[in-house]
Amino acid sequence: MFGTVNLTVKVHPVVLFTIADSYERRPEGGNRVIGTLVGNVDKQCVEVTNCFCIPHKEHEDKVEADIAYAQEMFELNKKVAPHETIVGWFATGNEITSHSALIHDYYARETKDPIHLTLDTTLSTGRVNMKAYVFVPIGVPRATSGSMVTPVKVQMTASEPEIAGLDLLHKTKHSKTRLVEPVPELTKIADAADKMENMLDIVIKYVESVLAGREEPDSTVGRALVNLVQSVPKMDPVKFEAMLNSNLRDLLMVIYLSSLTKTQLQLNEKLSMVSVNNIREMSKFLQIE
Amino acid sequence: KIELVQIDGLVLMKLIKHCHEAERSGSLFVQGALLGLVSESRLEVTHCFPFMALGDDSQDDDEFQLTMLRRLRQMNIDHQQVGWYQSSQFANFLSLTLLESQFSYQTSIEESICLVFDTAKTAQGFVSLKAYRLTGETLKLVKEGDYSADNVKENNISYESLLTEVPIVIKNSYLMNALLLELQEQLPLQVGGSQFLDLGTSGTLETQLRVMMDSLDELNSECLKFNKHQQIVLKQIQEKNKYIQKRAQENKQRIDRKEDPLPAEDLNKLFKPIPPPSRMNPLILSGTIQNTSEEVSEFCSQSMAKLFITEPLQAAKASAASSSQ
Repeated sequence: MFGTVNLTVKVHPVVLFTIADSYERRPEGGNRVIGTLVGNVDKQCVEVTNCFCIPHKEHEDKVEADIAYAQEMFELNKKVAPHETIVGWFATGNEITSHSALIHDYYARETKDPIHLTLDTTLSTGRVNMKAYVFVPIGVPRATSGSMVTPVKVQMTASEPEIAGLDLLHKTKHSKTRLVEPVPELTKIADAADKMENMLDIVIKYVESVLAGREEPDSTVGRALVNLVQSVPKMDPVKFEAMLNSNLRDLLMVIYLSSLTKTQLQLNEKLSMVSVNNIREMSKFLQIE
Repeated sequence: KIELVQIDGLVLMKLIKHCHEAERSGSLFVQGALLGLVSESRLEVTHCFPFMALGDDSQDDDEFQLTMLRRLRQMNIDHQQVGWYQSSQFANFLSLTLLESQFSYQTSIEESICLVFDTAKTAQGFVSLKAYRLTGETLKLVKEGDYSADNVKENNISYESLLTEVPIVIKNSYLMNALLLELQEQLPLQVGGSQFLDLGTSGTLETQLRVMMDSLDELNSECLKFNKHQQIVLKQIQEKNKYIQKRAQENKQRIDRKEDPLPAEDLNKLFKPIPPPSRMNPLILSGTIQNTSEEVSEFCSQSMAKLFITEPLQAAKASAASSSQ
C-alpha cells in the first residue's frame, strides 16, 4: 500500500441519525440517498458535525443531483452555524459505484479533499456499517490519471450532552413500542447504581472463577482490577463521616428552604388577590353612596 | 386538545447539537422551529431546524424560515410547523416574550407547543426536555393585553396556571434502533458518559440559589410597589368619600337656606384615577421562582442519592484496609 492517508474522521451521532432518517424518507424507487457533510477540518482530523440530504436521481450512465438545492441548504446552514464548512458527502449503501466518482468530482470542486462516508442502512451485512474514504489521485503523470478510493479510519465521537441524549435513546431498544419517557434525575441515578451492581457482580464472578482455577488469569484484567480498587480514594473514616454529614445537611437545608419559598409564593398570590378584592368592595361601597 | 407529545430521537439529537453549540459560542437563548404532524390528541415532532440568531432583520428570519420549509418539503420531511423550541439554563425560560410568542403560535396553529430544553441540566448529564402550552385563561389574558390585577383576578389566573406541561415520549424507528446498537459498540469509553455521577454540588447550587435570590428580591420590590399602589387607591377612595359627604352636607345647608345646590362635579376630574401596576411581572417572577425551587429540590435529592452511594464504597475500603493490617 503506497501513500496511506494519515487521516481520522470523527463523526457525531446526529449525522448518522440524519442519514438514517433521510434514508427512511427517500422517494419511491430510490435506492440510496446522498447528501453533504459539514463540519471542521483540523490537521489530521476531520470532524463531521452535521449533514443534510440532497435530492438526486441515478440513471444508467449519469447522475442528476440538485446542486442549487445543495448550495442553498449550505447557505442556510451557514447562517445558523457559521463555523461549519463542507467536508465531504455521504451515501447510504455498502458500495462505491461509478456514480460515486462523478458525485465526488462535484464535491472536490466545493472543497479541498472531500471525504466520502457510507452508511449501510440496507443492513446487507446484518450490521449498520460505517466506512469513510478519500479519493487519492493516482496514475501516470502526463498520461491517464484517476483516483483510488482509499479507506480511512473513521470513529464515533460525542460530547457529554450528546452521550446523555444517547443514553436516553438507548432505552427505546428495550421497549416494544420503541417509546421512552424522559427519566427524572433520581431514577437515572438508581439505574446507574443498578448497572454498577451488575458490573461488579460479573467482575466478582470472574475473580472467583480464576481463584478456583476454572479460568486462566489475565494480567491486563488483573491490572485493571487493581486500578479499580485503588480509584476509591482513601479517607480517614471519621473525616469521611463528617464530610458526608455536612454535605447531607447542606442539601437538606436547601430542600427545606425551597419548599418554604414555594409555600410563601402561594401565600403571596392569595394575599394580593385578597387585597384586590378589598379595594373592589370599597369602591363599590363608594358607588352606592 | 393535546395530551401527548411524541418526539423523534433525531429531533432530540439535533436539539442537543444546536443548543450546546450555541452555548459554547456564548448565546444563551437560542430558538428554532419544530416540524411534524398532529394525530388525534398526539402531537408528533419529526424534525426541527434552528432559527437565525435574534438579529435586527426580522425579514431575513421570515425568508430563512420559508426557504428552509420549502427545501425540507422537497426531501419528504414534514413541513407543518407544530411549535418552537427554546434553550434555557435551570428553568429561567419564563418571560413575557415567551408567553407572547407562544400566544401567536397557538392562535395560528392551535396545537402548537413550546419545547424548553435545559442546557445546564443536560451538561450535567440529565436530559431535560419539557413541553408547554398556554392555558385557556392565559390565552384570554394575552389577547386582551390587560395585565392589571383586576383582570387577573377576574380570570382566576395564578402563576401556576400560566402554562400547562404536556408529557413527552421519545420514539425511534427500527432502523434507528439498529443504529443505536451499532453506536453502543462503536463509541469509545474514553468519550465519557459518567458526568451525571459527579459528586460536586456547590457550583450548581450556588448559581441556582443566586438566581432564586435575585428573583425573590425582584418579586419583593414588585410586592412593595403593588402594596403602595393599593394604599394610594385606598386613600383616594377615602378622600372621595369625604368629598362626597362634604358636598352632600353643603348642599343640605344650601337647600335649608333656600339656595340652589352646587352642581355635581365629575369625581374623576378631581381625583385622577391611578393606573394600576401590571401583574404580569410578579406572575412571571413567581413562576420562575417556583420552577427554580423545584429544580433545586430535584438537584439536591439526586446529589444526596449519590452521596449515599459513596458511603458503602468507603466502608468497604475502610474494612479492607483494617482487615489487611
